[in-house]
Amino acid sequence: MATLRVDEITVPLRTFRLHLSLEVGSTLALVGPSGAGKSTVLRAVAGLVRPESGRIAVDDEVFFDADRGVELPPEGRRVGLVFQEYALFPHMTVRQNVEYARRHAADEYLERFRIAHLESARPQELSGGERQRVALARALARDPQVLLLDEPLSALDAHTKTTVRAELHELLEGLDIPVLLVTHDFEDAAALADEVSVIVDGTIRQTGTPNGLVAAPADSFVASFTGANLLHGHAEPGANGSMRVRLDDGTVVATADQAHGRVALAVYPWDITLGAEAPHDSALNVIHAPIRTIVELGNRVRLTVGPVSAEITAESLERLGFETGQVVYASFKATGIRVVAEHEERTS
Amino acid sequence: MPGRSVRRTLLGVAYVAAAVVAMVFLFLPIVAIFAHTSPAELVEQLGNPIVRDAFVVSLKTSLIAQVLILAFGTPTAFLLASRRFRGHAFAVTLVELPLVLPPAVAGIGLLAAFGRLGLLGSSLDAFGISLPFTQTAVTVAVAYVASPLYIRQAIAAFEATDPDLAAASRTLGASPLRTFFRVILPLARGGLIAGLALSFARGLGEFGATIMFAGSLQGVTQTVPLAIYAQFDQDFDATLAMSAVLVLFSVALLTALHAGLTWQRSESTRSPSLFGLSGST
Repeated sequence: MATLRVDEITVPLRTFRLHLSLEVGSTLALVGPSGAGKSTVLRAVAGLVRPESGRIAVDDEVFFDADRGVELPPEGRRVGLVFQEYALFPHMTVRQNVEYARRHAADEYLERFRIAHLESARPQELSGGERQRVALARALARDPQVLLLDEPLSALDAHTKTTVRAELHELLEGLDIPVLLVTHDFEDAAALADEVSVIVDGTIRQTGTPNGLVAAPADSFVASFTGANLLHGHAEPGANGSMRVRLDDGTVVATADQAHGRVALAVYPWDITLGAEAPHDSALNVIHAPIRTIVELGNRVRLTVGPVSAEITAESLERLGFETGQVVYASFKATGIRVVAEHEERTS
Repeated sequence: MPGRSVRRTLLGVAYVAAAVVAMVFLFLPIVAIFAHTSPAELVEQLGNPIVRDAFVVSLKTSLIAQVLILAFGTPTAFLLASRRFRGHAFAVTLVELPLVLPPAVAGIGLLAAFGRLGLLGSSLDAFGISLPFTQTAVTVAVAYVASPLYIRQAIAAFEATDPDLAAASRTLGASPLRTFFRVILPLARGGLIAGLALSFARGLGEFGATIMFAGSLQGVTQTVPLAIYAQFDQDFDATLAMSAVLVLFSVALLTALHAGLTWQRSESTRSPSLFGLSGST
């Protein structure tokens, strides 16, 4: 399989400079909050944005090289770009859209994406999932060396998103070209990509497998972005070599990690156990507080208890019969806590 | 609360009364033209050589002027809509200027530029070209006053096309030229046609700049509005007939324009409308 290499590109944006390198072998998801510069990276690869410096290439096909003055126009790069809102041509039928790049390839892609029956429909008449299939068919009909997806799931409603995500995952698995996708949703990134890069303010914070990021988040931003509860406090030595952290609200929690001074602690919702009575197990940390909110997320339920949110299955909730306002015990093991570097929160 | 409902009723009556006054005021002169002219008279007057000559001059000069406006105005509008450069706002103002210029001033300006003693007059003279008081001068005057209407509308139409669609076209391997003809132009079409219709109507009614720069010579430079002015104290019937035809033409143009825009809007979700005021009709 080919490799897309983005070397040290810089693009000045409104409030910061985008500066990063990427190596995309199979499927890489670039995740970050909106305005982090994710789409700009895709546009730079496609040739729609010109970086100030750096180099972009797929194997030995150089798209852009500032030092050597190489800059292929967008039509000169074999790149399949699927836009966030799909950017289907509204004045053309589905077939004409798919044929746009290569007249003779359309039938194959109409079949493959199960849109042959829609060939004479206009984009405005299609559902979100259908539009995405047309956009993918159109991009792949170009026979690209690399596929770029801009927020592939954000234009869909929650109901169709799960199905489309599964379909998309299957499609990406079967492709033999590098895929670079951007999303603001870590869960989507984890579901679609082998590797994830977290981008904030134009720079990459951490790259790794989705599980790798969750197991060892590089800083408090990555931790909270991957779904962890963040607890802030002061570390002090405890008994038996373990550490104690006095949280800002006065609660003292134990952790197996070493730390000192001001720290941030990451606790994942699925590492927290809930009970109506005080636990008698190995968990060292117990928070005794009322349930503030209960939110259902498909077959899982997220409950906020004091400073943390916990995630349990809908089945467990039914068995426990918790209600909002009920005082419960939220417990988690010291080994379930990761001490992470405090990172300046960006407010915007 | 009876006081409040009475006040609301009074307000409603005031609105309706104001609207009735305004509409009667706007419509009365048009009704008056037709009240004076029977259809038979209208047809008969079309045989009048002065009337016929005026229509020939008007149509010929207007059509040539619109072709020129389309040919030069479209690329200009696209450039102004898609590029941001230093002096952009100034360039847009410059393009719109003839719109607010008093027509007589436009006529003097054209004379000062292309007249025998004007800025370019001597250079044109060297090629044996003398513009003022020729049919070409009528075309120039019409193009000068009417082009801003088309260019303004075309800028709005190009600006309303989603830049992602042009970008998508490029990433699918299309050159900028192919992108323009296959994607941008079809999407801006409704707005361009609306602009052309407005510019055509404005050009056909042109009076001030034409009479200053081209004069009013029957069969050469006398357009319909100029003929109406020249005839109204001599042959009021001919004047009314010409006016009636222009009214009918304007109504037809406006109706076609609204019908075209409605069709365009139902076909696509993103479409420019007349004068850029979306959803007003």
